[in-house]
Amino acid sequence: MYTQQVMDHFMNPRNVGEIDGANGVGTVGNAKCGDIMRMFLQVEDGVIKDVKFKTFGCGAAIATSSMATELVKGKTLVEALRLTNKAVAEALGGLPPVKIHCSLLAEQAIKAAVEDYLKKIPGASRTAEEAALVEELERRPVLHEA
Amino acid sequence: MNNHRVYLDNAATTRVKPEVAAAMTPYFTELYGNPSSVHAYGRETRKAVEEQRAKLARALNASPEEIFFTGCGTESDNWAIKGAAARPAKKGRHIITSAVEHHAVLHTCEELGKQGFEVTYLPVTDQGLVQPAALAAAVRPDTTVVSIMMANNEIGTIQPVAELAAIAHEYGALFHTDAVQAVGSIPVDVKALGVDMLSLSAHKFHGPKGIGALFIKKGTRVDTFMHGGAQERGRRAGTENVPYIVGMGEAIGLAAARLEENSKRVRGMRDRLIDGLLDRIPEIRVNGDREQRLPGNVNVSIRYVEGESLLLALDMKGIAASSGSACTSGSLDPSHVLLAIGLPHEIAHGSLRLSLSDENTDAEMDYVLEELPGIVARLREMSPLYADAVAVR
Repeated sequence: MYTQQVMDHFMNPRNVGEIDGANGVGTVGNAKCGDIMRMFLQVEDGVIKDVKFKTFGCGAAIATSSMATELVKGKTLVEALRLTNKAVAEALGGLPPVKIHCSLLAEQAIKAAVEDYLKKIPGASRTAEEAALVEELERRPVLHEA
Repeated sequence: MNNHRVYLDNAATTRVKPEVAAAMTPYFTELYGNPSSVHAYGRETRKAVEEQRAKLARALNASPEEIFFTGCGTESDNWAIKGAAARPAKKGRHIITSAVEHHAVLHTCEELGKQGFEVTYLPVTDQGLVQPAALAAAVRPDTTVVSIMMANNEIGTIQPVAELAAIAHEYGALFHTDAVQAVGSIPVDVKALGVDMLSLSAHKFHGPKGIGALFIKKGTRVDTFMHGGAQERGRRAGTENVPYIVGMGEAIGLAAARLEENSKRVRGMRDRLIDGLLDRIPEIRVNGDREQRLPGNVNVSIRYVEGESLLLALDMKGIAASSGSACTSGSLDPSHVLLAIGLPHEIAHGSLRLSLSDENTDAEMDYVLEELPGIVARLREMSPLYADAVAVR
């Protein structure tokens, strides 16, 4: 049912853990549905220098979390906000239809962490680009429930 | 990967014993006559079918004419409930079942509900037991059939069937029990239980898949489910599946001959496994009753981890198990059985069922006890729920 890539990212997940003093943290999903993802970001100069995750969930939830962190590591905030669940699923060689929601959750977790980072910067100190991103996020809020 | 392969999903299905497969083989290529035929070919297979019927009847303390072969346990359940519900239209249109039944019973009752029957779903205790008092309170003069399983497929709880059947009978309702998990595992005596109908399935006791039976007590009025030829005395049409009937007969014979010995040994392995898991894994709970429990059932909930990821990690170690998590059920909700015993969703998602048979060994239990704690620790290390719980302490 799972591709080799999914099983690899499930058995050997990349970037598991927490970042002490992370400047962006996002949690999405809820235990009732059986999936919770939490992403930790270390952002410097608009670039994601480090990213880690913790996930409670099925094999696909763990694998998509792992892959999502790989896809945004070293990327700019703009690039991270452009991450799609489709890209995560494709990078894993595809997901069973019932597991597509896991990739969506991974996308939302990354965005929630980026949003957390941006919102923590006082309005006056934001760069023009950051201000534009905040505005964009306010128009299209990330759906997250923790 | 290593070479260990440990099969602990015997509640899903069992291995066909080599003796069973051997007994079936001639009935494909040599003894292939239709039992309804008059000629020698037909007489040979007729004799085989009736011998197996007698064997099955003996194992259940029933008469051969009370045993009807079906295609599977699900068919038996459908036939029993629909057939019994439809028959006495004058008596009423009320059915009683429990919240922890197998889908073969639950979905059948739901379907009847759509057709205008009123269905009462009895709740269970936190151990998964149907309380006789709850049935006594629910049963009414217009109740036509009560269907309560003998033993639960997920948590292994054994129901007080004899007591429940007696209550149903006080109100003139028929009593059916789905004994699919029980037959071959614990003693099943239809007279002692006092049931009117009982479903069973061969592949749960080392017989082949695709063959089951329904016991219908003599004189019980149940509508015909499968219409056609005169097979099964006109009550279940369709050419008898002779090789599979022979396989089921062989399997029940083997199971019955060693029932006490096997169940004692399996129970020992089960308790060692449960106690070992409780010792080695913190924040784990046993689901189901510790005493009124199938010999081969282990069901635990492991906090802060999700069931499907447990199954995948166990599978990588060669261990085959099952879970009641939503991710394995194809829906958003975890198992209805675990919710019915009062588990919150997040605990139900972390459930693990290990189901044993007489073919498992002590060494296999040791292997699981060696591997599972490490898997749980690794998944918990990854779990934000665990991190939050540790932070609070």
